[in-house]
Amino acid sequence: MKKLIAAASIALMGLAGAAPAQDNYPERPVMMMVSYGAGGATDFQARIVTMTAGNEDALGMPIAIVNKPGAGGRVGWNWLATQVDADGYTLGAYNVPHFIAQSIEGGVEYSTDSFEPIANWGADPAVFVVGADSQFNSMEDVVNYAKENPGGLTFSGAGLYVGHHIAALQLEKAAGVKLAYIPNNAGGAGAMKAVIAGDVLGGVNNLSDAFRAEKAGNVKILGVFDNERSDFLPDVPTMKEQGYDIDNASVNFRGVMVPKGTPQPIIDKLAEIVPTMFENDRVKGKMEAGGSPMHVMTRDEVIEMWAAREETLKELLSGL
Amino acid sequence: MEFLLYFGDVFSPFNFMLLLIGTIGGLILGATPGLSPTMAVALLIPFTFKLDATQGLILLGAAYTSTVAGGAVSAILLKIPGAPANIATTLDGHTMAKNGQGARALQLSFISSAIGGVFGVMLLIFLTPVLAQWALAFGPSHLFWLAILGVTVIGSLDSSSVVKGLLSGCIGLWLATIGFDDVMGAQRFIFHSSVSGGINIIPALIGLFAIPQVITMFARGRQQHGAEVIKVEKSPIMESIREVFRRTRALGIGTMTGSFIGLIPGVGGQIAGLVAYDQARKTSREQKKFGTGHSEGVIAAESANNAMVGPSLVPLLTLSIPGSPTAAVLLGGLLIHGIFPGSDLFENYPDVAWTFINSMLIGQILMCIFGLYVAGLAARVAQVPNAVMAAVVLALAVFGSYSVQNSMGDVYIMAALGTGMYFLERFGFSAAPLVLGLILGPIAEANFVQGAMIANATSSMAGYFFTGALNLTLITIVLASIAYSVWMELRQRRYLSKEDTLEREEQPS
Repeated sequence: MKKLIAAASIALMGLAGAAPAQDNYPERPVMMMVSYGAGGATDFQARIVTMTAGNEDALGMPIAIVNKPGAGGRVGWNWLATQVDADGYTLGAYNVPHFIAQSIEGGVEYSTDSFEPIANWGADPAVFVVGADSQFNSMEDVVNYAKENPGGLTFSGAGLYVGHHIAALQLEKAAGVKLAYIPNNAGGAGAMKAVIAGDVLGGVNNLSDAFRAEKAGNVKILGVFDNERSDFLPDVPTMKEQGYDIDNASVNFRGVMVPKGTPQPIIDKLAEIVPTMFENDRVKGKMEAGGSPMHVMTRDEVIEMWAAREETLKELLSGL
Repeated sequence: MEFLLYFGDVFSPFNFMLLLIGTIGGLILGATPGLSPTMAVALLIPFTFKLDATQGLILLGAAYTSTVAGGAVSAILLKIPGAPANIATTLDGHTMAKNGQGARALQLSFISSAIGGVFGVMLLIFLTPVLAQWALAFGPSHLFWLAILGVTVIGSLDSSSVVKGLLSGCIGLWLATIGFDDVMGAQRFIFHSSVSGGINIIPALIGLFAIPQVITMFARGRQQHGAEVIKVEKSPIMESIREVFRRTRALGIGTMTGSFIGLIPGVGGQIAGLVAYDQARKTSREQKKFGTGHSEGVIAAESANNAMVGPSLVPLLTLSIPGSPTAAVLLGGLLIHGIFPGSDLFENYPDVAWTFINSMLIGQILMCIFGLYVAGLAARVAQVPNAVMAAVVLALAVFGSYSVQNSMGDVYIMAALGTGMYFLERFGFSAAPLVLGLILGPIAEANFVQGAMIANATSSMAGYFFTGALNLTLITIVLASIAYSVWMELRQRRYLSKEDTLEREEQPS
C-alpha cells in the first residue's frame, strides 16, 4: 500500500507543475525501479539499502521500490532508458554484468551510455556448486570429467547473458573444455533446485544463495569466480588458485543509477549522499544477517568498473 | 508433536493481535482484485522490520493463509479471480452468486478452504521430509509431462464443446509465447512496448474474466430498464457445514490434489485448483450440474487452493529453495532476521519455525470464522444494480491491473484481452481454458527446452523423456485423460439431439 501511495503522490506532484528546484532536491518521495520481481535477491537488497533514505542525514525523503520484472531485467531497464523523466525522482537498480551483456547481445534499447551510475552497494560473486553427494570434490574433478565427456557436463545457471552465464563462458575458455550450460527459467532458485535434485551434475549460482544451501547441507561449493576469497567462505579457493585464469567479470554488482539526462547537480548530490546511506550501521547489520555481501563503491569507481566490464564482456561474447 | 509446545506463543496478547491483523488484513487484500498473495505478503514485509522474527512471521503466515482464501471473495462475487489459484472458483461460485446464493457460495468456500488448509499444514508438520523428496523428484521431463497433463484438462474445462475448449486453449498457448522467451531470451511477437515483458498473468486474468462481464452488464442495462432484482437467499451456516461434509468426494479430491500438486515447485500452486475442479467433475455423479452453480465445484476448487499453502512451503523450509513467488517473499522475511531456512531450521530456531506453522494453523480457523461472518453481508453485492456494478468492476479491474507493476501497459493488455474475450464468449468459447493455456505454455516450453538440452548433453531425447517410473506414470495419466475426454465427447454427441445442442450453444456463458 505504501508503494501505491508513494507512486500516487509522485504522480500528483508531477501534475502540480515541475518547478526547476534542483537546489532543494528531493522535495518529494523518490521512486527506485528494480527490474526483478518482489522477493528476489536484488529486490530484497534494494529494499534494505534504501530503508534509511528518509533520515535527515540522508535524502530526507523515502525511496519507494517499484518492481518491473520480465525478460531477465530487459523490461525494467528498457523502461528506465526510454520512458521515464530524467528529473532525479526515478532511480533504477542496476545489475552488472547483466545489463551490459544484454546490451552487447542486442535487441534492447539501452547501453551503458543510457544511464549515469550513482553508487554500488553489493557484489555477489558466482560460485560453482555440486550436490552434497556428488562425485566431484574440486574443480579439477569437474574439468577432468568434462574432458572425458566433451559437452556432457550439464550444469545450471540463472539464464543467458547474466553473471552465471558469463562465469560459465569463462570456465569453458580457461579450462579449454566444452560444457553443457543449462539456463534455468526460474532464475537462481530454479538453478539451485536443479543441482540439489540431481537434474544436472553441477551449477553456477550466487555466493549468497550457495552459502545458505551449503549450511543446510544440500551442496558443496567447489570454487569462487572472483579475484579473492570471500569472507563468507574463507575455505573455498578461487578459480585462479585452482589453476584457471578467471577474473571477477562475472561478479554480480548491484547499485543505483539514473537515466541519462538527469541534471548534473542532482547526480552530484545523489553520488554524495547515497554511498553514506549504504554505510549506515542498521543497513549493514540487515545485509549481513541476510548473507548479502556488501561492496560500496562511489560514482567514479562505478564508471570505471562499467567501462572495464564492457570491454571484457565484448571480448567474451564475441565468440558466441 | 513438538509443535504443540509452541502453541502458547501464538496466544500471547501481542502475537494474537498480529495474527488477527494478518488474517483480517489478508482477507481484505486477498479480496482486492490484482493483489495476489505474493503482492500482499511483499507489502507487509516492511512492517516486519520493526518486529522480532517470530512476530514478523506470525503476521506473514496469517496473511499468506487468508489472502489465498480472500481471493475467493472477488472470484465469487465479481468473477475476478484474484490469483490463478481462484480461477476454478469462479466457474461455479459466480454462477451461484448470480442465482442469489452468494452467501452460500462464500460459506462453502471458506469452510472448505479451512478444511483443506488445516490438512495442508498438518502435512507440513508431520510429513515434511517425505514431501521434500517428492518436491525434488520432479525434473524438467516430469514437469513437461505434468504441463501436458494440464493441457489435456483444457478440452473438458467449462466449455460447450471439447473442440472449442481446445481452440481457446491454443489461443492461450499462443499468447504465452509473446515477449522474451524464458530460456534463450529470444524476442517473439513484440509488436508494442506493453507486451515486451510478455503477458503478465494477473492483468490477463482480470481482463479475461471481468471485462466480458462488464460489457454484458452495460449492454443489458440498456435493454431492460427495470433490471431484475436478485433475491439474496439467506443461508444458515450449519446448513453449509453439513453441505460440505456431504460432498466428501469433492472435498477429498480437492484436498489431496491441492496438497500433492501444490507441492511441486513452480507449477503446482497455479494449476492445483483447476486440476482439482476437473477431477472432481469427472468423478462426480452429478457431472451435468458443474458450471451451473454446483456446490461441489466450489468445494473442490477452494479446498485445493488452501491445501496448497502448507506444502508449498516445504521446499523453502527444508531445502532453502523458494518453490513459489510467495515463498520467495517469505524467504526475504526470514533472511532479514538472519534466519537461514534449511534442514536444520527446526533444530536451530524451533520457536520461530513452529510458531510460524502454528500461526498458519490458527490463521486458517480465524479466517474461516471471519469469512463466515462477512459472507452474509458480502453476498448483498449481487443486489447492486447492473450499471453501478459494471462501473465498480471496471474501476477495480483497471486499479488491479495497474497495481501489479505500476504499468499502464498492463491496463491496455487487460482491456484488449477482455474485449477480445467478450466476442469469443459470444461464440461459445470460455476464459478458463484460455487462461490455463497461458499458464501452462511457458512451463511446458521452458521445461521441454531444458530437458532437451540436458538430454542432448547426456543421453538421448527418447531416453530422457520416455523412461523412468515417474515419466511413464505421467504419460499414462495423460493418455487416460485424453481417452476420457474423447469418450465423453462421443457419448455426448450420440445422446444429444440437435435441439439440445442448439439450446446449449445459445445459452450465454
